Amino acid sequence: MATNPMTQFEVYRIGPEIKVGAFDISFTNASLFMVISSIAILIIFNLGSKKNSLLPNKLQLLAELSYTFISKMIGDTAGSQARPYFAFIFSLFMFVLFCNMFGMIPYTFTVTSHIIVTFMLASFIFIGVTIIGFIKHGFGYLKLFVPSGVPAVLLPLIVIIEIISYLSRPISLSVRLFANMMAGHTMMKVFGGFVVSLGIVGGWLPLSFSVALTGLEILVAFLQAYVFAILTCIYLNDALNLHH
Amino acid sequence: MIKKLLLQLVFFNILFTKKVFAAESKGMPQLNPEFWISQIFWLTLTFGILYVILSKFILPKISANLESRKSQISDNIEAADRQRSESELKLKEYDKIISKTKIEAKNIFNQEKQKMLKDISIKKDTLDKQIDEEIKKAEKEINHLRKDAPSKINKIAIDTSADLIQKLIGIEINNSSISAIVDDLFKKNKEKYYGN
Repeated sequence: MATNPMTQFEVYRIGPEIKVGAFDISFTNASLFMVISSIAILIIFNLGSKKNSLLPNKLQLLAELSYTFISKMIGDTAGSQARPYFAFIFSLFMFVLFCNMFGMIPYTFTVTSHIIVTFMLASFIFIGVTIIGFIKHGFGYLKLFVPSGVPAVLLPLIVIIEIISYLSRPISLSVRLFANMMAGHTMMKVFGGFVVSLGIVGGWLPLSFSVALTGLEILVAFLQAYVFAILTCIYLNDALNLHH
Repeated sequence: MIKKLLLQLVFFNILFTKKVFAAESKGMPQLNPEFWISQIFWLTLTFGILYVILSKFILPKISANLESRKSQISDNIEAADRQRSESELKLKEYDKIISKTKIEAKNIFNQEKQKMLKDISIKKDTLDKQIDEEIKKAEKEINHLRKDAPSKINKIAIDTSADLIQKLIGIEINNSSISAIVDDLFKKNKEKYYGN
């Protein structure tokens, strides 16, 4: 094998080491791509919202289609009460999507292929949704764990299962994104390595596979961003409209 | 195969990273906590800034753009509806005027027609009367002529026969004797010549 397929996920320091107390917050390649993704989002959507013409140009159309797409997604899954959280879910979707998509460019770094990043996002969502639920329903939010219409005998078991499933939300949410991104990129690297090692004679098959895989990975990059956002909407819906 | 292996690694070891990363740090850079704090810090910073700028500046603008377009479109549709109803009203008015004028024209036409017919009949009557008078006059004249005709013819016959006799024989004959003969012949042939 040409190179280890895992080296693409290595984080390294760019510039000097920055330390705040005992914590190392140096600027790394991961930080670089977070900044690049954020700036790309801001540039695209700023240009897309700058001029308001009746017949939108391409960037404006892109911005407005994204806006209506996410707005519709939130409206469909979480209802009109989720309106105040629109900006957060929009930012979240765009951030994850752009990080995923930037990772598809060769020699770049995929921010979302790191469990710590996705876990931070997911746990922030989990904590936020739990706080929203308790503010909105008080201790009535605990009714989420007691589904209606369940026989009394099964109730203790169901409640335990519900609590476990609720607590595993941040893990499932973060691992889904992280594992998808990491597995896809690793596979592409492995097939890329096959192309090199099989050379001009046998390299064509893994090369064609690699091309197909690139298309699939772009689809996965979009899909995982969408899944991440829509699951956030669903969790938010649970917290806002308590009906189980 | 590698994917499966990695997934297993993730699912089973995620909760025990501290123990695992020492052995696997070469294999999975994700589980190396060296830059975790850095990643958390930069994620919070960039995502926070992104969220603030998007929610405070960019998204309200996009929403305003969409709203203004929607309102403009609905305004235009409203205006178009209004104009259409107006034009429909005008069309109805126009139709009304057209039908009204049509009826008027018909009335005028009928009136004129009747007037003309009346005129024609009056003129025809007077003409008929005149013609009748003329015919009567002519008939009278004819009758008059017819009455006069025999005596005149007799006279001509008498004169011509006197002249003829004189030329042929050279004798002058008294007109009265000739007239007696002519009268006699005339009486005999009256039926034949005049028929009535």
